[in-house]
Amino acid sequence: MLTVKGLTKRFGGFTAVNNVDFEVERGEILGLIGPNGSGKSTIFNMLSGNLPPNAGSVNLNGLEIAGVPSHRICGMGVGRTFQIPRPIRRLTIFENAMLAAYYGSAGEVTRAEAEKNAERSLEMVGLPTARDADVATLGAAGLKKLELAKALATGPSLLLCDESLGGLDETEMDQAADMLKDIRTELNITIIWVEHIMGVLMRVVDRVMVLDHGEKIAEGLPADVARDPKVIEVYLGTDESAAEATAERVG
Amino acid sequence: MSRLPLMLIGLAGLIAVPFIGVPPYWLHIMIIILIWSFAYTGWSVMGRFGLVSLGHGAFMGIGAYGTALLWNHAGLTPWVGIPVSMLLAGAFALLIGYPCFKYKIVGHYFALVTLALSVIVGQVIIATRKHTGGSLGYTPEPHGGDGFSIYALQFPEKAHFYLIALAAWVVGLVIWRMVDKSMSRYALEAISEDEDASAAVGVQVTREKLKITMLSAVMTAFAGAMYCQYQLFVSPDTVAGVGISLQIVFAVVAGGIYTQFGPTVGAIITIILAEVLRINIGELEGLLGFRPFGLDNTIYGIMLVLFIIFLPRGVLGSIQARMKGGAKA
Ligand SMILES: Nc1ncnc2c1ncn2[C@@H]1O[C@H](COP(=O)(O)OP(=O)(O)O)[C@@H](O)[C@H]1O
Ligand SMILES: [Mg+2]
Repeated sequence: MLTVKGLTKRFGGFTAVNNVDFEVERGEILGLIGPNGSGKSTIFNMLSGNLPPNAGSVNLNGLEIAGVPSHRICGMGVGRTFQIPRPIRRLTIFENAMLAAYYGSAGEVTRAEAEKNAERSLEMVGLPTARDADVATLGAAGLKKLELAKALATGPSLLLCDESLGGLDETEMDQAADMLKDIRTELNITIIWVEHIMGVLMRVVDRVMVLDHGEKIAEGLPADVARDPKVIEVYLGTDESAAEATAERVG
Repeated sequence: MSRLPLMLIGLAGLIAVPFIGVPPYWLHIMIIILIWSFAYTGWSVMGRFGLVSLGHGAFMGIGAYGTALLWNHAGLTPWVGIPVSMLLAGAFALLIGYPCFKYKIVGHYFALVTLALSVIVGQVIIATRKHTGGSLGYTPEPHGGDGFSIYALQFPEKAHFYLIALAAWVVGLVIWRMVDKSMSRYALEAISEDEDASAAVGVQVTREKLKITMLSAVMTAFAGAMYCQYQLFVSPDTVAGVGISLQIVFAVVAGGIYTQFGPTVGAIITIILAEVLRINIGELEGLLGFRPFGLDNTIYGIMLVLFIIFLPRGVLGSIQARMKGGAKA
C-alpha cells in the first residue's frame, strides 16, 4: 500500500533522514522504532505532507505523494497523530473530532455524517462524546487519545501513530497498545506505529523497522529484530540484559 | 428562552423609527451608525478568527470610490457599479490574501501587509486627484430633478436611506450568524490556533482564509458604497485609507470582536463619541485654548490601548461574559 524509496530530509547541513527505503503491506502494523532524534517523526512529517522531502519518493497505492500538501494527503486516506498532542483548545473535544471527520473526508461527508463519525472515533478511543466536553479536562493520556480520535475521524486507510505511549503509565500503555490492535481489526486499516521504546510495541506489531541517526539499520519480525546485534548495539546501548529481556518477552 | 421574538420586536421598533417623527438629525446619526455597523460586522467576520486586517479602509474606499467613479465617468448605475466595486474589492482581497496565506504571513505581519494596502489605496486616490478629487473629496453627480432617483440610488429623503441601511445591517448580522453556524467557523478557529494541525486533519488552510477574507472585503466595500450613496460625498478621510482602517479596528475592539452585536455596539460608542466631541468642540476650544481638531482620533487611540489591556472582549463581549458567568454561579 505504501512504498518509500530513498527518503531524505536535511535541516541545513544536518541530515535527519538519510536515504530510507521501506514498504508497508495493506492491513499490517509496522513498528518504527529508534532512539530520540533518530528521525522517526521527520519520516512521519514527510509521509503526511507536513514537510517536503529533499529527495526520495513516497508512493501511496500507486500515487506519488512526496511533497503533496498535507490536507490533500489527509484526503487520500492518511491520518496522523502528533507526538506532542496538538488539539484545538478553543474547540470542544467533540468539535475537534467533528472538524477532522468533516474536512478529512475531502468533502465526501455531510455535517450530520461528520458528527456521527466523530462520535464513533471518540467512542473507539474511549473519550466522552458529550458535545460540551472541554479539551482542558483532558490529561496527558486523554490528549493522546484525542490525537488518535482526530486521526481516526478523518477516515484513514493508513494511520500514522507517533509515540502514542509517551507519558503513559504501564497499564495505560498496555491499554493503548491493545486499542491500536483492535482499531486495526475493526476498521481494517494499515498502521505505522512510532515509538522510541520497544516495550509493548513489540508485542503488537507485525513487523518492525529500526532507525538510527536517520538511517534504517534493521527490519523484520519483532523477535528477530530484538536479537539483532546491530540493534542491540546502537539502540539498546551496551545493556545486553535489557535486550535479552525484550527478546524473551516478544520471543 | 428564545431570542427570536425579542429580536423581531426590536426590528419592528427600528423599522418604525422614521415614521414616528424622529428628528432628521437623529435619523442621520442612526443611518451613519447602521452603515458603519455593517462595515464593522464585515471586518469582524474575519477579525474574530485572528485575521487582523488593517486594510479594510482600502476595501471600503474601493466600494465608495468605485461606485462614484463608475457613475460619473462611465454613467454606470450604482445597481451595477456597486456589485462591480464589490467584486473589485474581492479581487484585491484575493490578490493580497493569496500570497499572505500561501507563505504563512500571519499575525503582526499580516496586519502590516494589509496596512500597506490601505496606504496604497489612500495614496492612489490622492495621486489621481484629477479624477478622484484627491484629499478634497469627490461627489457622485446628482440625478433627476428633485434628487430622488431609484436609477441613481439617490434619496434625499432620509427615511428611505434609513430603511436601506437598516436592511443592510440586518443582512450583515445574518451573514455573521451564518458564518458562525458554518463548518468553516470550526476550520477558521482551528486555523487561528494551529495551521499545521488543521491541515493534518484535511482543512484547506489557504482556501478557508481566502474565503473569509474575500467575504469580509466584499461586505466592507458594500458599506463604502452605501456611505457614498448616502452622503453623496466621499473623501480619503471619511471612507478610505489608514485612518478608516484603524477606526474600524478600534470600533470593533471596543464593541466586541467575538460577538454578533459587538461591532454594532462599537459603532454606537464611536459615533456618539465623535458627535459629542464635534458638537462641543467650541467649548473644548475655550477650555484648552486651541481648537482640538482630530481629538476624537486621539481619544480613540488612547481608548484602544486601554480596551486591549483591560477589556479585550470589548464592551458587549464583557457584559455577555459576565452575564454568562453570573448565570452559571
Ligand atoms: N524542523 C526541524 N528543524 C531542524 N531540525 C529538526 C527539525 N525537526 C527535527 N529536527 C531534527 O531532526 C532530528 C530527528 O528528529 P525527529 O524526527 O523528531 O526524531 P525522533 O522522532 O526520532 O525522535 C533531530 O535531531 C531533530 O533535532
Ligand atoms: Mg519523534
